[in-house]
Amino acid sequence: MFSASDLRKGLKILIDNDPHIIVDFEFSKPGKGQALYRCKLKNMITGSQFSNTYRSNDKFEKADLEERTMQFLYNQGDEYHFMDTQNYEQLFLTAEQLGDNVNYLVDNMEVEVLFFGSRPIDISLPIFVNLTVTQADPWARGDTSGTDTKPITVETGYQLQVPPFVEEGDKIQIDTRSGEYVTRVKE
Amino acid sequence: MLDIHGLHLRAALFRLVRSFFHQQGFLEVDTPIRQPLLLPESNLVPIGSSAWFLQTSPEQCMKRILAREGHNIFQICSCFRAEERGARHLEEFTMLEWYRIEADYSALMDDCRSLVNYLIESLRQQNRFRDMVARSWFGTNPIDSEWERLTVADAFARWATMPLDKALDSERFDEIIALDIEPYLGVQSPTLLCDYPARCASLARLKKDDANLAERFELYIDGMELANGFSELTDSNEQRIRFAEELDRIEQRDGIRMPMPEKFLADLERLDRAAGIAFGLDRLLMLLMSATSIAEVVSFSADDLG
Repeated sequence: MFSASDLRKGLKILIDNDPHIIVDFEFSKPGKGQALYRCKLKNMITGSQFSNTYRSNDKFEKADLEERTMQFLYNQGDEYHFMDTQNYEQLFLTAEQLGDNVNYLVDNMEVEVLFFGSRPIDISLPIFVNLTVTQADPWARGDTSGTDTKPITVETGYQLQVPPFVEEGDKIQIDTRSGEYVTRVKE
Repeated sequence: MLDIHGLHLRAALFRLVRSFFHQQGFLEVDTPIRQPLLLPESNLVPIGSSAWFLQTSPEQCMKRILAREGHNIFQICSCFRAEERGARHLEEFTMLEWYRIEADYSALMDDCRSLVNYLIESLRQQNRFRDMVARSWFGTNPIDSEWERLTVADAFARWATMPLDKALDSERFDEIIALDIEPYLGVQSPTLLCDYPARCASLARLKKDDANLAERFELYIDGMELANGFSELTDSNEQRIRFAEELDRIEQRDGIRMPMPEKFLADLERLDRAAGIAFGLDRLLMLLMSATSIAEVVSFSADDLG
């Protein structure tokens, strides 16, 4: 159990049987009055956000969350299949659950799968992933349009802007937090 | 954490506060920070020190001096309140308190205006601080004209999403003040929010013409509470009853029955008419330095230590 004084940004608590993460936190206390704990919370399953104000005597249950290292195997339509590298157990998450993370998943990639009880609800990726460029227009040296980036597609189907010198077949590093190009990687 | 410029400002502010009160004939006192028994206030959680406590405010000892010696007094000291952490709260913070004999809360409101004007004007005259004051809230908002006095009832009527009596009954008074009302207080010039419901002022005297209201006020500047003052309750029997209620609440919270502060109550019998106020100096520094967090205006905050 947590009490209101444990509340802080990043804390994960159980509300209405769903795990929630505190994304914003503010303490306030008018005069000699009651302490107020103002939180913005995000439902870790549905992603919906809301604000609420708690008092000193409010109590919170800890969300039963656990991370396990798993390997991405393949996707079949909207189902993304993963395997536990310890016990070879397999499971899948849907594209909706994974959100933008589907842009960076390649076969055999190791990720951390977040479980709420026995139920997988999210994954966390490495901050940087290396992906192969599958489609890029050649760099027109005479191009005087003044743009310093061009659009390309990587093996997952994700499209992003990169510097003009990046070519088809190159491997590039992408920051999974922003989805942006970082650098070209030598094999 | 403060750099050398901030340390100079903090020192200058303390020096000016002292000179303001010395000029007015106040006596500076320094009372024990660590005490065996604090005045019972159920909304404050004290920090223990061996079997004693660190003060949550210097009120107890200062009122005893006031009662025994009948002299206007002031003090700048550290106060400690457990579990208070946030953009405007530190568990250890700096309080300025002053007490006036033969006065009520109206005199304290006048004091606030003279003090803040004196501090800002004096800082403006120093080359080192002139630009900083100009960039701060005080640079664009003149404070030398009359300050707005707004009653709690009027503030509720204007901004609250719930009527005052309903807020009190559902114990949401503080929440409404913090969420609905505070952001509108002291926006263009300082606001003195006054006449609190009687039950929101355990140590304050009730108004003679309306026993539902207490002679208590708070000073707000730029949506931030800076000071809390009131006409002191000097009836020791009435004070004993209110303390007993607070002791009940603390017992419910902590499961411990604290003793009645008998020495305080004995001295209170000697006090006739008086008023006292607590003023958060760190918060005034926040306004002067345009700081968004109180941790920026102290020499070391909790995160800087250890």
